[in-house]
Amino acid sequence: MPKYDINVNGITKSVDVAEDTPLLWVLRDHLDLLGTKYGCGIAQCGACTVHLDGNAVRSCSLPIASVAGQKITTIEGLSEDGGHPVQQAWKEVDVPQCGYCQAGQIMTASAFLDKNPNPTSAEIKTAMHGNICRCASYTRIHKAVEIAATKIG
Amino acid sequence: MSTSSITFNRRSFIRTSSLASGGLLIGFNLFTACKPKVQPPVDISQLNFNDFNAFIKIADNGAVTIFSPNPEIGQGVKTAMPMLIAEELDVAWKNVYVQQGILDTENYTRQLAGGSQSIRLGWEPLRQTGATARQMLVNAAAAKWGVDPSECTTSEGVITNAKGETLGYGDVVKEAAALEVPENVTLKKPKDFKVIGTDAPNVDIDKIITGKPLFGLDYKVEGMVYASVLRPPAFGKILDSYDDTKAKAMPGVLDVIRIGEKAKELSKEGVGNWTVTLGKSDKVVVIAKTTWEALKAKEAISATWVDDSTLESTEFQDKQLLGLLDGKEFKTLRKDGDINKAFSQADKILERTYESPFLPHNCMEPMNFFANITDEKIHLVGPVQTPEFAATAVAGMLGRDVKDVHLEMTRMGGGFGRRLYGDFVYEVAEIANAVKKPVKLVFSREDDMTAGTYRPAIKYRIKAAIRDGKVSAYHLKEAAIGGNMYGLIPNFFPAGAIENYQVDVANYQSNITTGAWRAPYTNFLAFAEQSFFDELAETMEVDRIQLRLDLLEKVKGTTDERIEYSPERMQNVIKVAVDKSGWGKKADGIYQGFAAYYCHNSHVAEVADVEIENGMPVVKKVTCVVDCGIVVNPLGAKNQIEGGVIDGVGHAMYGDLTFMEGQPQSQNYDKYRLIRMGEIPVVESHLIQNEIAPTGLGEPTLPPAGAAVANALKAATGNRFTQQPFSKFPELMQVPAKAIIG
Ligand code: FES
Ligand code: FES
Repeated sequence: MPKYDINVNGITKSVDVAEDTPLLWVLRDHLDLLGTKYGCGIAQCGACTVHLDGNAVRSCSLPIASVAGQKITTIEGLSEDGGHPVQQAWKEVDVPQCGYCQAGQIMTASAFLDKNPNPTSAEIKTAMHGNICRCASYTRIHKAVEIAATKIG
Repeated sequence: MSTSSITFNRRSFIRTSSLASGGLLIGFNLFTACKPKVQPPVDISQLNFNDFNAFIKIADNGAVTIFSPNPEIGQGVKTAMPMLIAEELDVAWKNVYVQQGILDTENYTRQLAGGSQSIRLGWEPLRQTGATARQMLVNAAAAKWGVDPSECTTSEGVITNAKGETLGYGDVVKEAAALEVPENVTLKKPKDFKVIGTDAPNVDIDKIITGKPLFGLDYKVEGMVYASVLRPPAFGKILDSYDDTKAKAMPGVLDVIRIGEKAKELSKEGVGNWTVTLGKSDKVVVIAKTTWEALKAKEAISATWVDDSTLESTEFQDKQLLGLLDGKEFKTLRKDGDINKAFSQADKILERTYESPFLPHNCMEPMNFFANITDEKIHLVGPVQTPEFAATAVAGMLGRDVKDVHLEMTRMGGGFGRRLYGDFVYEVAEIANAVKKPVKLVFSREDDMTAGTYRPAIKYRIKAAIRDGKVSAYHLKEAAIGGNMYGLIPNFFPAGAIENYQVDVANYQSNITTGAWRAPYTNFLAFAEQSFFDELAETMEVDRIQLRLDLLEKVKGTTDERIEYSPERMQNVIKVAVDKSGWGKKADGIYQGFAAYYCHNSHVAEVADVEIENGMPVVKKVTCVVDCGIVVNPLGAKNQIEGGVIDGVGHAMYGDLTFMEGQPQSQNYDKYRLIRMGEIPVVESHLIQNEIAPTGLGEPTLPPAGAAVANALKAATGNRFTQQPFSKFPELMQVPAKAIIG
């Protein structure tokens, strides 16, 4: 099997996997980075969201061969100890219900706020529309993004 | 209202003084009567959690660990239940460490999450446990001081005597551990609560926001392999043969096996009805080194399936259910007076039929489970809402002693009723038993959506008679797939309010597996009933709120024990909702819809506000008033309320699973619409303050949401929605020209 060098959370790692293996499963099964979640596998739910060179992407639909050489950040690498303003806002608002979707939500929100630190409510809704929360913690997600924006902006 | 009739005696509590790590361990066991000789072990890791419904450890340094007995599915019990213990133990919540319990099945206790009952049933025993531990610490301190325990008070883990001297819990733990368990401890009055009623964030919050492995899908052990199961593509088909040549040659694939024999054998022997949960068909299992390899290789198996029973379509099922409603074969669940006579004497009759589709649960974390089966032990780990049942069933299936089963529960990425069914636990047990390796069974989203135990399609027909300006008869008929409404549901409102009242049910046994789904039956019954009451008010030309209040008035003072809803509490939530939502006082262009419902022992009223945007009605806001007794954790409670309301709105608007030739027509989120951020209303929640024992909150806010929205849509469009999902009827969403201008 081909060998790929990928840069995850600032560390370069080498993995031996088939070229069509989605980044999601490389992270979860090969690198033991279990914070990135599987929800649908077809880029519809956002549970698997990570940053690729600073952009929010769906790792379930990114073959490993397409990400070599780019900088990948997962929830584990977003901050040292949960201190990222988005994580802090999530804690302040007590967003999670079951919690399963939240890593993906946080990764989408943090990439979005990097580009747009002063969003309107409508912009937040559009940015977060791709992330499903089956427990429907949406009102708190919205509020947490607003609070995070004030911390960043 | 009292919550439990459990009698507590000393034998219900178990303590140990010889913990290897030091400290005091106290547990509460509801069923000690059946098994009085439980001895806690010296090594805490050997603790048999099944011996305890609740359990506290106080270390020598005073640190408090509370083991949360119930599986966490997102409804917040892992936070709220330990809060009950902490309250009576009188320790500061911030100093309490909460850990999820493990299950070792030997006795039966209520260790499951479902039916919004955890808090209701835990209310007394959990507080008793905390209070008992507190009393032991106080007794120990009092002995040290040589004073009477009644002179001592406690606060935040510190005991103070009449002279003002203090001792920390840690200072007396050793002595306390050697004392007898006290009898008849007194519980706090609600007005003295310090922990209950305060906002406590999710106990796992730090782990969740940093992506720590918490869920079943995250569980891993050395040498673990992954299993992916190929199940029949349609309900009614069974496996004939398969070719695994291609799959076996794929990278990472270790084996391909066939399972299903075990279940069939047992069913034949009359041991449980396994085929109901697992389907009649054998299945093909790919065992691989990684999840992706297992899922991918499954696609490469070519299998032939044969028809075993009818391949049903939605159209076919609709016909069956409507046929039942039109027919005469019903089981009567409640009958008051004589509806037929009342209908024959009616001035006016209103009759409506309401229809709902199948719904998958769609837990965000797909079904999965871990098993490792050796001659010594059956080790099971994962997200399941019924751990004891699963453990017992697996032992039965494998012909093993239930004592061999060691089941650990993980946090669950949603439950909604799906994880009450252990099909995935039985599957992984059969697989692990065959491959003799630690194995993790993983459902793809497609597996999860197509191998469901769905909320069944249901149709209701409601007919009411009006005479002299009063509702003189009410006849509710249910035609459902699988089973029918159960328990006290036939005695919910408007039972007791209408003299001639009857509930009749009939069911069609489909081969599609069905089961509980967040607020079973009431999740759609509330829509039918509360839509009907709005139409009834329109037909009678009376105020829709007043109609409900007047009917409730008649229930006051009822002696009918089957009626467990409280007309007073119901009237109260209705009035508060009217007030808080600005009912009837809204500006032009805001259309409101009302609904009130009682289920899971809680009373709820909701008002939906619809506005017109770009010519389309949009649900902008839902005001939700809940009376669920004492609120243990308002922060968590509001999360549940918001989630329940939005879930109710979302499924009423979009939720739809149809079948063609036995095959579910949606397999993933590209074809199954769940409500998303851009579609949510603002949810304004109000919790009624009282001192009544707490009741369920995970479910009761969902049922009325659909009706509140339908009633608001009627106000906005003039059209009445009687079928869910509403999005299936775009023509009814057309807003009359006048409303757009307005
Ligand atoms: S798992 Fe990647 S978007 Fe759903
Ligand atoms: S918190 Fe459960 S899916 Fe979002």
